[in-house]
Amino acid sequence: MHVVVIGAGEVGTSIAASLASDHEVVVVDVDPDRAEQLKYELDVLTIAGDGTSSEIQTAADVGRADMVIACTDNDQTNLVACGTAKTLGDGFTIARVKSTDFLRTWQGNEGAFGVDFMVCTDLLTAENIVRVIGLPAAVDVDPFAGGLVQMAEFEIAEGSPVAGQTVSEADRFESLTFVGLFRDGEMTIPRGDTGITVGDRAVVIGSPESVQAFATDVAPQTTPGRADEIVVVGGSEIGYQTARLLEERDFKPRVIEQDSGRARWLAENLPKTVVMEHDATDAEFLTREHVDEADIVVTALGSDEKNLLISVLAKRLGVDRVIAVVDSPDYVTVFEEIGIDIAINPRTVTAEEITRFTYESVAENIAVLENDQAEVLELELTEGCGLVGRPISEIVAETDARFVIGAITRDHALVTPRGDTVLQAGDHVILLAESDAIGAITSMA
Amino acid sequence: MRPTVRVGWRASVGLSGDILAALPVPLAFPLLVALYYGESPLPFVAAIAVSVALGAGFRRLGDPNSNLGPREAFLAVALIWFLVAVVGAIPFVVAGDGTTAHPVNALFESMSGLTTTGATVLVDFSVHSRSVMMWRQVIQWLGGLGILILATAVLSEVGVGGAQLMESETQTQDINKLAPKISRTAQLIWGIYFGLTGLAVVVYFLLGLAVDPRMDLYNAVAHAFTSVATAGFSPEPLSVGAFHPAIQWAVVPFMVIGSTSFVLIYFAINGEPMRLLKNEEFHFYLGAMALFASIVALGLFFDPGIGYGVEGTLRHAVFNVVSIVTTTGYASTDYVTWAPAAKHILFMGMFVGGMVGSTTCSIKSLRWLVALKSFRRNLYTAIHPEAVRPVRISEKPIDEGAIRDIYAYLLLSIVIFFLLTVVIVVDAERSGLRVTEFEALGAAATTFLNIGPAFGAAGPYGTFATFPMSTRAVMVVLMWIGRIEIIPVLVLFTKAFWTS
Repeated sequence: MHVVVIGAGEVGTSIAASLASDHEVVVVDVDPDRAEQLKYELDVLTIAGDGTSSEIQTAADVGRADMVIACTDNDQTNLVACGTAKTLGDGFTIARVKSTDFLRTWQGNEGAFGVDFMVCTDLLTAENIVRVIGLPAAVDVDPFAGGLVQMAEFEIAEGSPVAGQTVSEADRFESLTFVGLFRDGEMTIPRGDTGITVGDRAVVIGSPESVQAFATDVAPQTTPGRADEIVVVGGSEIGYQTARLLEERDFKPRVIEQDSGRARWLAENLPKTVVMEHDATDAEFLTREHVDEADIVVTALGSDEKNLLISVLAKRLGVDRVIAVVDSPDYVTVFEEIGIDIAINPRTVTAEEITRFTYESVAENIAVLENDQAEVLELELTEGCGLVGRPISEIVAETDARFVIGAITRDHALVTPRGDTVLQAGDHVILLAESDAIGAITSMA
Repeated sequence: MRPTVRVGWRASVGLSGDILAALPVPLAFPLLVALYYGESPLPFVAAIAVSVALGAGFRRLGDPNSNLGPREAFLAVALIWFLVAVVGAIPFVVAGDGTTAHPVNALFESMSGLTTTGATVLVDFSVHSRSVMMWRQVIQWLGGLGILILATAVLSEVGVGGAQLMESETQTQDINKLAPKISRTAQLIWGIYFGLTGLAVVVYFLLGLAVDPRMDLYNAVAHAFTSVATAGFSPEPLSVGAFHPAIQWAVVPFMVIGSTSFVLIYFAINGEPMRLLKNEEFHFYLGAMALFASIVALGLFFDPGIGYGVEGTLRHAVFNVVSIVTTTGYASTDYVTWAPAAKHILFMGMFVGGMVGSTTCSIKSLRWLVALKSFRRNLYTAIHPEAVRPVRISEKPIDEGAIRDIYAYLLLSIVIFFLLTVVIVVDAERSGLRVTEFEALGAAATTFLNIGPAFGAAGPYGTFATFPMSTRAVMVVLMWIGRIEIIPVLVLFTKAFWTS
């Protein structure tokens, strides 16, 4: 594959590094020294110049590229670069943006700005944080359909309320499907009367909210509930998105933000969140507002140093779990070594997401479960494929392959699959299938 | 050095002239009534002549080219309400019947009508001609939605100034425009107003045919004019209480609709009823009425001196509470005879008012809701001083500046209300008339908040003619200030308004 990466910052470098061994990679960066340096670090072709210029893109042979990844630190540059690339060729374009505004515009009309796939750094980071906060009991969590759907695998521990229940008793959520049950390394596709016992691993697919609710059922001790105190320090875009996603999952977080204008903005836009306007490095304030008794503290200030300071402070005051946003990838290990529970780097998260996307074919997003016994697939149905226009029960009845459709998204909305749901072109279908059935299913799609 | 006047007063005067010149249109209606019943058309001919002459004069004095900014809009609002009330008084004086023959009484009646107050100085209803009685109804209908909205619809050339006018009229920061052009918005709202009034005429008239011959076409039109306008005049001395219970029930929904935001009614008619049904101000004001009505009903039910029966108790409680809270001022019975507790609930109800953007007067539910929520917020921030909590109404955050404006308005209202009470008590005492504090409080509230009848001699079946002439003159001014919500009038009395 011929891949052009525009921007040789942390994200671009990381993507280029993971693609360099198997693909033909060209990296474009405005800084000639950076380009020069990269040439020696990685086995890639580097071009120094403005990635939005068609001249430079022509030099990078964008016309022939299979994929163009624009991942500079500037949103507009990335969008223009993708737009330019579309005038030169037909490669699949990926843009990294920080602004959720651009993401919303693009979601309203995929293909806007000449972008085929958009990755929103801050939103992605916030989604990661919320997943880490919300599902500590999960063995495995993967987002599908742009975050609308989650697959999660839980181990049923001793004392879990669902142990001893049947699947139909445990599955009480509107937009959640019980797709798999692993017992002693054997996978079964559960039916309503299948019993759940201690030691089983249950796989569910559904909306993030319903997965959250299910986690509370499976492991009430470890899963944070409404009563748990979650404090987000810093009302940056990441802090805001984190609080917003937490609100969606029925938590009532608190956000501490020093700037009064921003604090007001946050308070207006986060109806279920308590926003406090104060300097979070003030230990006296933290104690007065009982932040020391919080169950989870997320530090999302603009500076790594401040995040470190507050994380350490929170740990010393006795906070159970501290999650820190770390801007510089080099510091991630430092944070974790001094005892911060989880350090999340937005650039790494973005690079991983883009790389994961480039690995898989465009229509499929895959999670492999339990030593390759089963896979969770995301299929985008095209006009005329074998699954379109038929109800699910009919498809299941005539296929020998063992699979369960866990969720369907249609026009960015979740459709809970039922036997009589008729699949349409453009639907994203998230399903769990036994590994040896994958071929049969993908051949129909 | 003499300060220079920096207000483009000629723009305001010009606009007032336009309005005065348009007054012959509504005046033509009672004129036709006079001709139909063979009464003297002179009162209306005189008023038409004066309004045409005044209008022409003001238009000459005015300058159509100068800009209508916020200050000019304030001045225009104050001027227009006053001038129209003056012209509106002419038919009463010219007709020369009963108490309204006196110019101050005539101005009181006209201002009370135009501000949709509904407080009357009439003593004997039978001495007035049908056409003059109809003029009272018409002037209330005009006042209902604000003749200014009519003005902006007619005078679309006012352009941006029109929007300015609407803002100073409703004192809301965030006027929901239904259409990009203010003139079109005014037309839409005016259309709803027409439609609702028409509907009321049909409903009342048909009910009249079915159950009560006294509700003839004349009365149907007269009451339709003053129910959607939440105004309260009635050509009947017993008000709506003169009619069959079914008609009294039928009036209730029209009073409620009249005090519901016309913008939200527009959306409800156009397929977005949820915007109305989910509106917190709507909930607040319906809730307040339901609460007050249940308390009054319970009180009446257990009052041994009153024997309305179950339906009657319910009807009188609901009707009079709705009438007072919506600032209509109709009565279904003489509530002056009720026990003090029930009367005090009605007194409390006077201060609620309907929704912003409706024909209602008084404080209005939105202001109470914002004040209460902001109070609750202050309790929270007393414990958590760093917490930032916007006050939300229907999920929308309210600007802090708007909250301060509301506090200022409430404080000013209370001050003016108490001053007026003192004036009433002292002036009554001076002229040898005894009014109790409660009656004085009621009379002050009812005129300043533009509600209508009060208690005691000024009760629903009484008259304001018992107050001294000087008190009535003060009330005229206070009704004027109250209807245009204090600030637009008070700013006129600041030096900064005229000079800086």
